[in-house]
Amino acid sequence: MKKIQQKKMFSGAILTVVTSAMIVTGCGGNNTNNSGGAATNAPTNAPTEAASPSPETKVSGSVTVAGSTSVQPLAEELGTAYMGTNGDARIEVSGGGSGAGVKAAQAGTADIGMASRAIKDDETGIEPIVIAIDGIAVVANSANEVENLTVDQVKGIFSGQIKNWSEVGGKDGNIVVINREEGSGTRDAFGEIVLGEEPFVAEAIIQNSTGAVREAVSQDANAIGYISTGGLNDSVKAVKVDEHEPTEENIKSGLYPIQRPFNFLVGDSKDPSAVAQAFIDYVLSDAGQAIVAENGYVTVK
Amino acid sequence: MSRILEEKIVKTLLFITAITAVFSVLLIGVFIFIEGLPIFFKYGIVDVLFGTVWNPTNQVYGIWPMIVGTIYVTFVAILIGAPMGVGVAVYLVEIAHQRISRIIIPAVELLAGIPSVVYGLFGMFAVRGVISSLERGPLAEYLPANYQTGYSILTAAIILAVMILPTIINISLDALKAVPREYKEGSLALGVSHWQTIYKVLVPAAKSGIITAVILGVGRALGETMAVIMVIGNTPLVPAMDWTGLFAPARSMTANIALEMGYAGPEHQQALFATGIVLFMFIIVLNSVTTLLVRRKARK
Repeated sequence: MKKIQQKKMFSGAILTVVTSAMIVTGCGGNNTNNSGGAATNAPTNAPTEAASPSPETKVSGSVTVAGSTSVQPLAEELGTAYMGTNGDARIEVSGGGSGAGVKAAQAGTADIGMASRAIKDDETGIEPIVIAIDGIAVVANSANEVENLTVDQVKGIFSGQIKNWSEVGGKDGNIVVINREEGSGTRDAFGEIVLGEEPFVAEAIIQNSTGAVREAVSQDANAIGYISTGGLNDSVKAVKVDEHEPTEENIKSGLYPIQRPFNFLVGDSKDPSAVAQAFIDYVLSDAGQAIVAENGYVTVK
Repeated sequence: MSRILEEKIVKTLLFITAITAVFSVLLIGVFIFIEGLPIFFKYGIVDVLFGTVWNPTNQVYGIWPMIVGTIYVTFVAILIGAPMGVGVAVYLVEIAHQRISRIIIPAVELLAGIPSVVYGLFGMFAVRGVISSLERGPLAEYLPANYQTGYSILTAAIILAVMILPTIINISLDALKAVPREYKEGSLALGVSHWQTIYKVLVPAAKSGIITAVILGVGRALGETMAVIMVIGNTPLVPAMDWTGLFAPARSMTANIALEMGYAGPEHQQALFATGIVLFMFIIVLNSVTTLLVRRKARK
């Protein structure tokens, strides 16, 4: 027994060493390639083409993008795709939260800030560019009779004040609340938009992915949960909120209430660098918005 | 000359292998402690260990619900799985016809090879349904509303009991086989019945092996993550301390770490490592007990 364990550990250790070595060499190779490319191309291209940046133009240089961890995965996808079309650019995405994104854009410490909420009135000196909209659907079991809930009812259910489906026009049955784990961006957004200062009900069942929430809701006639609209499928029923279905049109028009904008923020005192502008243009182009849709978010075009 | 060299090389290689194991354990231990200890200092050992509220968003890190959840679900799993496992082992050694053992033993081995996520799926679809209809049917009047979800300590314990069966069966099997033939022959010669021989002579003789089997089963249950996450409900609340607690959704320490590590901020991450420290301590104590038992057996 002991010997087998040791052997396993040893082979595990070798694997780790080998893979980490591969990662190190892989990264090293990329870095030298890119910086080499940027160095040779920058002097020739940048001055002539900076005046009229467009998605097709090859501009070079690096763009730092920082802020909301909810926008981060999408920005990373967009960055990777953009670097695929323009090998001379480097898009560096980091987190920090929406607040940090606003500050970074104001202070110019990042080329582009990210925020997963609207900009407040006192957050001056920056210009928001909506790149995608995140809609959150309230989902119930397909067998559930309840078709519509008001925002207040949704709030009551997820804060634990409404406990039975009969209180919101359904059959008698205890509501089984399925919540996301702490730290989840969807949970934070849902809490902020629907619950405000109210805490989530402590007795909820916790699932840690969109798929798991959907599965749990589809398994239980009394369950309710929430998922990003991109994760909706036939296994569950998206409940109307304030009489509006979470469709793409309703989210774009703002009729469906549980939604938040994903913003890129740029300082409004000086124009973004050519390469940053080219990246923003790419994000708003058809190709960029296709990636937005692929990731389950609502496009802005 | 070359043979001596060969000997040396092999010795060195084997030594490195052995050292790697020790080194890995040390490294992991030190790493977990470095990452997790700051939380204990910042919020107080008592508040972190015995705090009943887990709410990282508001910087409240009480891991007591997870400690209780882990102990509770492991205890129930052993309560179900240990007698079953030892029973199967006794049956295989003493009663089963060879033809039947030839079916059962590979089946048990297959059980050990099923990935835990498959156990979890089975639990989520099959066991949870049965438990929830029990909770919403005959038990509905005794249970609070949030204990009627089907996600519960009992659901997880049933799945874990099946998962630890191979461990318990295999090791008790070896222990029972190691009992000298003379014990059994002597007992039967005295006119004692077969059944009495089993539970008065064979099982007591194999006792320390069976205890080792159960403790290894405990270790397996403590460490299981995926299957548990899928069926236990993951609610970070201390379950009721009477029988209704069996039907409470709860959260184990492993589940706590795996659920929240993905998006955890710096301090939240430390709190998850602190959960890891407690789990690490549990495992160390368990392994020490096993080692002691095995040593005592060897001395006999």
